[in-house]
This record gives sequence, structure tokens and C-alpha cells, in this order.
Amino acid sequence: MNPEALIMLIVAIALVWGGLVAAAVNLFRRPDQSAGEDLPHTPSST
Amino acid sequence: MSQAATKAPKREMFNSRNYFILAAIGSAVGLGNIWRFPYVAFSEGGGAFMIPYLVALVSAGIPLLFFDYAIGHRYRGSAPLAMRRLGGWTEVLGWWQVLVCFVIAIYYAAIVAWAAMYTWFSIDKAWGNDPQAFLYGDFLHLAEKPAVSFDFVPGLLLPMAVVWVVTLVIVALGVNKGLAFANLIFMPLLLVMFLILVGQSLFLPGALDGVNALFTPDWSKLTEPRVWAAAYGQIFFSLSVGFGIMVTYSSYLKRKTDLTGSGLVVGFANSSFELLAGIGVFAALGFMANSAGVGVSDVAVAGIGLAFVAFPTIINEAPLGALMGVAFFGSLVVAGLTSLMSIMEVVIAGVRDKIGIPKPVAVAVVGIPMAVISLALLSTTTGLYFLDITDEFVNKFGILAGAFASVIAIAWIVRKLPQLQRHLDRFSSFPAGKFWMWVVGLLVPVVLGYILYSEFASKIKEPYGGGDYSLSMLGVFGWGMAGALVVAAIVLTLLPWRRNAVVEFNEEHNEHEIAARAEGVTK
Repeated sequence: MNPEALIMLIVAIALVWGGLVAAAVNLFRRPDQSAGEDLPHTPSST
Repeated sequence: MSQAATKAPKREMFNSRNYFILAAIGSAVGLGNIWRFPYVAFSEGGGAFMIPYLVALVSAGIPLLFFDYAIGHRYRGSAPLAMRRLGGWTEVLGWWQVLVCFVIAIYYAAIVAWAAMYTWFSIDKAWGNDPQAFLYGDFLHLAEKPAVSFDFVPGLLLPMAVVWVVTLVIVALGVNKGLAFANLIFMPLLLVMFLILVGQSLFLPGALDGVNALFTPDWSKLTEPRVWAAAYGQIFFSLSVGFGIMVTYSSYLKRKTDLTGSGLVVGFANSSFELLAGIGVFAALGFMANSAGVGVSDVAVAGIGLAFVAFPTIINEAPLGALMGVAFFGSLVVAGLTSLMSIMEVVIAGVRDKIGIPKPVAVAVVGIPMAVISLALLSTTTGLYFLDITDEFVNKFGILAGAFASVIAIAWIVRKLPQLQRHLDRFSSFPAGKFWMWVVGLLVPVVLGYILYSEFASKIKEPYGGGDYSLSMLGVFGWGMAGALVVAAIVLTLLPWRRNAVVEFNEEHNEHEIAARAEGVTK
């Protein structure tokens, strides 16, 4: 592989997969507030 | 609470936010990730394409994902119901999205069925030495001239019927026992099969030449608006935004769900898979070029040609080809099936909300006729022609045009972006803020409008298919179908809602505002 292609491969992986890891860490380090909510309810706006 | 609301059928809910995330990723990761992204990236600048691609992801893809989530979650309905509660007449946009899904499901089932058959064919390489002749001759029995015939091919009819049965059963089982459970099995399976494929491809001779070709940047392309439009187009089509899927799925989320945090995971997971697919596909194409003694650009293709002609050729030559074939076609089946399920859910949910029937009944009265139409049009000797025209037109003048209309209507006519932004930010970890309003209200309509205009202009200038299709075929299955969706959407909007349906929405007094006040959240 030529150096330019290799750099772009690494940059793409770092940003996209890094983005996924960052998004997952952001989501899962906080408690899921919806977990304790009651299950089904009727439609709103009454 | 009024008498009417207490009589309304209970709305389904995902038992866990993580089920939703998995189902949303399953929907977003589809055939386009595997057979469209690698070729688009390669032909539109290689490594340099990653820049407009990432810009498009954060400036349009993820914001549009948030947009759909906010609509479905706040207004708690399938696309037509949520859109009705949002702005009254905007219900028509919801039906347009439902009808787009109706059309896509008709032909998408065929591709999943073909991939399933090719998974089986991979074991003994049933396509022989000439995969192209096998595909169009022995397998599809493709008619010589594009037309519509009801000349059925049993080898296509049976697998398609199985795909329909599986899909309809999963949808009928409901969001937890059906959709979530299926994704719980299918998504890890997809990842394992795809990792086997990528791992195997990377060790083939010539693989690195393929990856090199994919990532070698052509910086001059960045000055071409067409390349930027291609990046926004890829992100848009790949993420399953704008045609009701994410609206429907997010209507099954509990009130305090972290919408933006979940959306970021879905958006980046979709692109992560796409990037992996690019590496795997081009490693395999590098091997194919190496074996044939030609350049990678000579073998690079997308779509049907990549899956059903190039890959069988690669599988013929590669060591452990059967394993590679099962991994590749198995991935297509699973990625396609999880997307098809979500597309069907949009249609079923829309009909259910409007006429108030139980889910299994809706699956029977809507899903079975759809399966029959699908089998009648796609399991014949002319199915591929129908698929090609319909896919092109429904994507451009169904999904894209519908999304453009929705964004314009919601941002500029009924002006609900401030409510949606507040809704997104209330219980979410990642602030959407004013930036989100600006991109959805301004940048997204400009970009979608530009792509839509270019598509329209190019199809007027030169009929689709480069002369292969008669104008009457393009008129009926292309332009006519796209126009009929809008007319049918208007008709469906005019039909009455079921008795006791709650189609009004009070922005100040609703379940979300009540919950927020109870929590002491003032936003």
C-alpha cells in the first residue's frame, strides 16, 4: 500500500470506529433513565 | 384522560433501549452498506472521499436520524399518525413514506431470496465457470427484452415465498418477541460472518492492492460538487432516514430514553460496518484483479454485478471459497432481512394506527397481499427489469423527494423544529441545540434539493437505463409509480381515522411535558 492510502485508511478507521467507541462510552456510562419506566401506556395528547 | 384514549389499543414498547439500538442498526445496515458504499467511495475520490463522507455523516446523516427519532418519539405514532399529530395535513407525508416502504419491500424481498439461494449455491459453486451466464440464464431465466411477463420461475418463487413468510412472522410477533429477538440473533451473526469474510479476503494474494485502490486519495475530486452530493447521498440512503423506519421504531421508546446518545451509536455503527465492508469487498476485488492480471478499476462494480457476478468469480478462485461464499451471501441475507423487517413494520404500523386492527390481522390483510404482488412481479423472467427501474425511481423520487418535502414542511411551513429540538434535548446526553436546527432547517434541504434536482435533470436529459428500457416501461414503473405514490398518499390521508383515534396533539400538555414537570425538568 502506498503511504497516502495507508494514512487515509488509518484516519478513516480512527474517526469512524473511534466515533462508535466514543458514542457507546457516552451512552453506556450514564444510567439509562428509561429503564425504570412503566411499560405500555395509552397514546398521549388527551 | 378522556374516554377515547382509554379505549385506544395499547401501543407496543421496546422492553429495553438496547433492543431499539440493535433493531435500528439492523435496519440501517442493509445491502447498500455492502454493495453500494465500497464502489461509491472508490469511484468518488478513494481515500479523499472519506472527508465529504464524514462531513455528511455529522452534518446531515446524524441530524436527520435525530429528526426522525424526535418525530416518532414525541408524537408517538407510525409515520402517518405522528405526522398527523405534528401538523395535521402533514399526515400525507407520513403516508408517502409508508407507500415508499410498500414499494421497496416488494422488490427487496427478491434480493434477499436471491442471496439466500446463492448462499446455498456457494457450497458447491453451482454457478460453474461463467457466473454471469448462470445468473441471467440458469438462475433468473431473464427475458431477452425488458417487459412485464407472468412467466414464473419456480427457482425464484419458492425462496421468495420463504423470505416473505419469515419476515411476516417476525413482524407479527411484535416489537420485542419479533423484531428485537430477531435482531438479537441476526446482528451478532452478521458481524461474525462478515469478520470471517474480511479476515479471509485480506489474506488473499492481491488483497492489499484492492484496499490500496480504495484508499488512495484523489484530492482533485474534492472540488467537484458531484462528489459531495455522492457523499451526502450515500449517507442518506445508507442510514434509513426519511422514509418512516426510524419514526416508527422510535415511537416504541419509553419517555426518558436518551435519543441523541442512542442516535450517535446507530449512526457511527452503520458507518463502521460500511467501512469494514469497503475493506472486505476491495480486498476481494484486489484478489480478483490479481488473478485475472488486470487493474482493480477493471473489476470494481456495485450492486447486483458485484454480488452475483464478481463474488462468485472470486469464490471460484479463492482457497476455502465455499466458506467465503457462505459468509458473503449469508451476510447479504441477514443484512437484507433485518432491513426488510423494518420496512414492513412501517407499513403495518401505519395501517394499524389508521384503522385500529390487531397486529396479526394487519399482517394478514396487508402483508399477504404485498407478498402476492411481490411474487407476481419479481419471481418472473422479467423481475430484474422491474426491480432495476423501481429501485432507481423509488429511491430518488420516493425516499429523497419525500424526505426533502418533510424537512421543508416541518422546518418552514408548520415550523416545529423548536419543539423537536427541545424534545430531543430534554432527556438526552448529547445536546442537539441550535446547531441541529440550523443544519436540519437549512443545510439539509439545500443538499437534498440539489441532489433531487440533479437526479431529475439527468433523467429528463437521458432516460434511465441508457436506452435499454422503453419509455412506456419507464413511464409506468418509474415516473408513473413515483407519481402514483403521492396520489395514493393523498387518498389515504382523506380516508377517515378509526373511531376513537387520538389524532390531535397538545404541545403544552402531553405525556412528555407531564413527565418532565414531574421530574422537575424545566427545558
